[in-house]
Order: sequence, then C-alpha cells, then structure tokens
Amino acid sequence: MTTAPIIELNGLTKRFSRKLDVVERFARRLGAAIDDRAVQAVSGVDLSIAEGEVVGLVGESGCGKSTLGRMVAGILPPSAGTLRWRGRDLRELSPADRHHANLKIQMVFQDPMASLNPRLRVADIVGEAPVVHGLVPRREAEAYVAATLRQVGLDPAYLRRYPHQFSGGQRQRIGIARALAVKPDVLVCDESVAALDVSIQAQIINLFMRLRAELSLTYLFISHDLGVVEHISDRTAIMYLGRIVELAPTPELFDKPNHPYAKALLDEAPRVSVEKRRFAPIRGEIPSPLDPPSGCAFHPRCPHAMPRCSAERPALREIAPRRWSACHLNETTGP
Amino acid sequence: MTEPLLRVDGLKTHFLTRAGTVKAVDGVDLRLDRGEILGLVGESGSGKSVTGQSILGLVDPPGRVVGGRVLFRGEDLVGAGEKRLRAIRGRRIAMIFQDPMMTLNPVLSIGTQMVEAVQAHETVSRAEAWERSRRALARVGIASPDERLASYPHQFSGGMRQRVAIAIALLHSPDLIIADEPTTALDVTIQAQILFEVQKLCRETGTALIWVTHDLAVVSALADRVAVMYAGRVVETGTVAEIIGNPRHPYTRGLLESVPSRNRRGVPLRSIPGMTPSVLDLPEGCAFRPRCDRSTGACTAMPELMGDREDRAWRCWNPVGAEARGDAA
Repeated sequence: MTTAPIIELNGLTKRFSRKLDVVERFARRLGAAIDDRAVQAVSGVDLSIAEGEVVGLVGESGCGKSTLGRMVAGILPPSAGTLRWRGRDLRELSPADRHHANLKIQMVFQDPMASLNPRLRVADIVGEAPVVHGLVPRREAEAYVAATLRQVGLDPAYLRRYPHQFSGGQRQRIGIARALAVKPDVLVCDESVAALDVSIQAQIINLFMRLRAELSLTYLFISHDLGVVEHISDRTAIMYLGRIVELAPTPELFDKPNHPYAKALLDEAPRVSVEKRRFAPIRGEIPSPLDPPSGCAFHPRCPHAMPRCSAERPALREIAPRRWSACHLNETTGP
Repeated sequence: MTEPLLRVDGLKTHFLTRAGTVKAVDGVDLRLDRGEILGLVGESGSGKSVTGQSILGLVDPPGRVVGGRVLFRGEDLVGAGEKRLRAIRGRRIAMIFQDPMMTLNPVLSIGTQMVEAVQAHETVSRAEAWERSRRALARVGIASPDERLASYPHQFSGGMRQRVAIAIALLHSPDLIIADEPTTALDVTIQAQILFEVQKLCRETGTALIWVTHDLAVVSALADRVAVMYAGRVVETGTVAEIIGNPRHPYTRGLLESVPSRNRRGVPLRSIPGMTPSVLDLPEGCAFRPRCDRSTGACTAMPELMGDREDRAWRCWNPVGAEARGDAA
C-alpha cells in the first residue's frame, strides 16, 4: 500500500457511562460503594481504510460495530484515540476543513423508515443537505434531486411523495440517495440491507456495487450477515466485544480464518447447501460489555483456551502479510 | 400411502379489511409426516406466518379461514370448536414465536409459567409438574435449571428466552411444533446453538416440525423438505436437495440466486426485478408473472400444481429446465 489511507483509526475508543440515579447517589452518600457504570463499547481499534476500498465489519450484537461506524461517520465523538482523514487528525483541522471532512463521510442506516422524516417529501429529504451546504443552488435543487434519484434507480416522478408511500427497498434507495446528495467519498453502511427481503436485498447490494464503480466510493460496510460481507468487501474485520480480533483480505479470511472466534462464526453461519448438516455450536453466550472477561474476551467460550488467555490480552498482530489476528495461539504454534 | 400427520388442503385465510379482501393465504396444500422437518419459506407478505397460525386456529379478526381443511391425525381442525382446539394447542401441536417475550409472561417466574402449562393439559401434582419443567429446561441445554425456574423472563438473554420457549413447547412431547422465525432475531452463534438443540430434539422425540422462515440458508441446513410460498400460495415444494439443487419455479431460482454465495464473490447478484406484489391487488393468473423472465401468454391463467409426485411439485407453466427435459407445458 503506497497511497495514504483515506481513513485511519488509531486506538479509537468509546465509553458510555451511565449516571447514577437519585437512589444510587443517595446510597453512595450513605457510604455504599457504587460507581458510575461504564460500558466500553469500542476499545482501542486500529484500522485504516484505503481509498476506494470496501472494508466489511462483522460481529454479533453488542460487539461495538455500530458504535465504531458512528464514530467514523462523525455522529458520535470518540472517548479516546484519533481519527485521521486523508492523513490529518480530525481534531487538528480548522473548523471549515473538519466540516468538509465530515460531509465527505456519510452514513446509510439500517431502518429506512426510522431514518427518513415521515413528514418530508422525497425532494426535501434528498435535497435539503446539498442546498444547506451550498453544493447546489436552491433553484436547481429539484433537478439535482431527480438526477440523484435516477442514480439509485428510483423514478424521479416520485419526488413529491412521502416515505410511507414507498416499499422497504425503495426507502433504502432514498436513504442512499440522501447520503449521495452531498457527494461523499466514504459511505458507512450500518446493516443497510439487513431489514430487506432476500430478493430486494440483492438489488440493493448490486446498487452499492454499481455506485462504488461509478463514483469510486469507499465503504465501511457493517453487517452481521457474513454472506453479504463476503460478497461485497475487499477486506473484512471481525469484532468481538469492542475489539477487532481478526482483519484480513476477505477471500483469505473466509477460506482460512485464524482466530478461534472467526472460525466459530464462519462455521456456524448457515449456508445454502444441498447437504444437511449437524450444528456443532460453540458454547456460551456473548459476555456483557459491562463486565468483560479478563485477558482475551473470548477465552470463556474458546475451545483452545490456555491459562495465559485469561491473564493477558492478546494484541492484534500481523501473522502474515496483510493478515492480522489477536490470539495467543499464533505465538505458541506460530510461524 | 399412510395417512400423514398433518395434511393441509386448499387452505384459504382471508382478511376482510375496509380496503378490500386481503387473500393472505389463498389455497395452500401441505403435508407432513411424523418426525419430518418442513421448511416453509417466503418473503414478507407471502403468507407463511398466517399459514402457520391458521393451522392452530390462531388467526385474529378481521382474518378468517374461509376455505380448505387442516387434517391433523385425520381430524379437521378448521371448524373445530374452541374447546377442542384448546385441548390440542400446546399438547399435540405447539407453537414457537419469533419473539419469546410474546410467549412469556413478564410478571411470572419461568417455573410458575411452566407448571401452569403442564397442569393445563394434565392432572399432575405441582411437584411432578415442577420436575417435568426442570427436565425440559435441562433438555434444551439450560444449565442449573433449578435456579432458572425461579427466574423471571427479563433475567434471561434473548437466546436463553428462546430456549425456554422451546422447552415449554416440548413439555407435552407434542406431535408437531410450528416455529415461526424463532432464530431470526438471534445472533449467528446463538442461532447455531438453537438449531443444534432443535435438530437433536426432533430426532430424539420424533416430533414433526414446521419451520417458518425467510432464510433459505437455515432451511437448507435444517429441514427435510421445503415449501416455497409466494403471494399466498405454495409455488414449489420438494426435498431440500431438489429445491436447492434443482429449482423448477423461477421464483425459487431467483431467491437462490439472490443469496450471496462463495463462488460468485464480487459478481453482481442475479436479483429478481420489481417487488413483492400487494396482496390487495394481485395480478391475474400467476402472481409472479410481472417479475418473471419466463412468463408467456399462458401465465395469465393460474397454473395448477404440477410435478412428479405429490411432494415434488411446482406451480408454473414454464418451469426452469423444461427445455432440456422437453416437458414444457
């Protein structure tokens, strides 16, 4: 990789803390040992995304993938760590530059009904941002929206309609059109096809791939669906309890996962196949991020856990060119 | 041929709404043998869930079963009295819903609810009912069942709740379980655990299962046979190998090609154009006609089920692969 990454995350962390309620504050004043409860949703994530690349981010609920996506999109401020945009720390940019950078990263959400204002017409939903940000003069807004709608495969005749008059797939297209209207370089797609029926999902995936080619977009594609991520992304990162446990080029990761959690996840994802199979699930459940296990967060469920795993957290290390994994096994049996 | 455990003949469930009659289920035929797992597959609005509810007489007004028969062990459940249905529900046919919070009462402990479920159908002592509940929880892989019986639903994770729902469904060793998208809301590793338990239990107890889902991948791993629904009708049925390996209905093929798969990475998916039609305003003849690339003039008439066997059939005038076989209609 010679080109500078378009986005570079360094030790990005997000903590959510819950303030104590009245009763708890009172109890603490009386001497009870109660602290603010903090959830570390994302812990020290390093990730760089090259221009034009599609990085898939996979994990189960509560692993922090959406929080990470929101930090990248600028919706949530990180608690610690840096986010570099084209090599420059966002916090060190002038307000105008930061504004510009934020505009260049847009987000497409999971549920288009929840993310589209039901009382606005499509023309306003898609047209508002480019007009406000001065990308398009107001009198040309309608033509611009029409062109954007055509780009995502919607009939511009729908300009005057409201979100409820569309089907789920069409609504998702409106959400994509809204993101594209401010001419972004990066799209953060958070479960953007999860709520759609299979046949519609395929249409939207195809749309994402076509847009990528036409507009040379960069994607951070967040999904719990391994099949979708494998299909669309160049590299895949697998998250578990706030950390990336494996990061590798997609074909290599799916052919030969290294981390035991990645293996388990790939083994258990049902695939369309003629053969009937027996499931051999990993035991246990995802631990609560309120009280994460010591050492490697996966050790209570890991079939290869050693004493060291509960004592020391494995670092994400490069185990082969462009392949990163966070597991102690790579050191004992490693190359 | 022996009488199957369940035979659904021409089932029609319509919803009489102000906007018109919604034919959610419009002539569905199914058959299920003892111990068999049937995957009932379809997209939203295809009528798969309503079919499952109709079998148990659980359709709420304005919905009504307006035609057809549901023969369960030879007895027609359509038109059976509420008293008779209550005796069958839970005991002979159990249901598992997508959201276990809908099944479980949030203000009663799991033990209370399970004991109640046992005593609803059998006159047994509380102690014995408790013991049976304990065994049922252990059977679905719940550790320390005694403590768990004293817990309340909110103390369980989503996957655990679904296990409890399955344990309740198993209490009376029913002949048939209807499971409506029970793993859709769960994570992959938890889903695998539930599928593992269900597969094991069906093998051990000989319980037949109807697994209602939109997920072809789950069905292909779990089921023996598959029925694919579109706009209120079964458009194709067959064994998993037949449906996955040799789909005949263009919709089934379209569904399969819409799923991203290993060997087509990065290649555009062959999606089905258009969207699922509104059941209020179905096209005449085959409902899939407007989205189908094989439709001809013949498709304006509703195709009958055709095929080699009763349990290997499709509803299409121009089935996939007909050219090669020379059996085009």
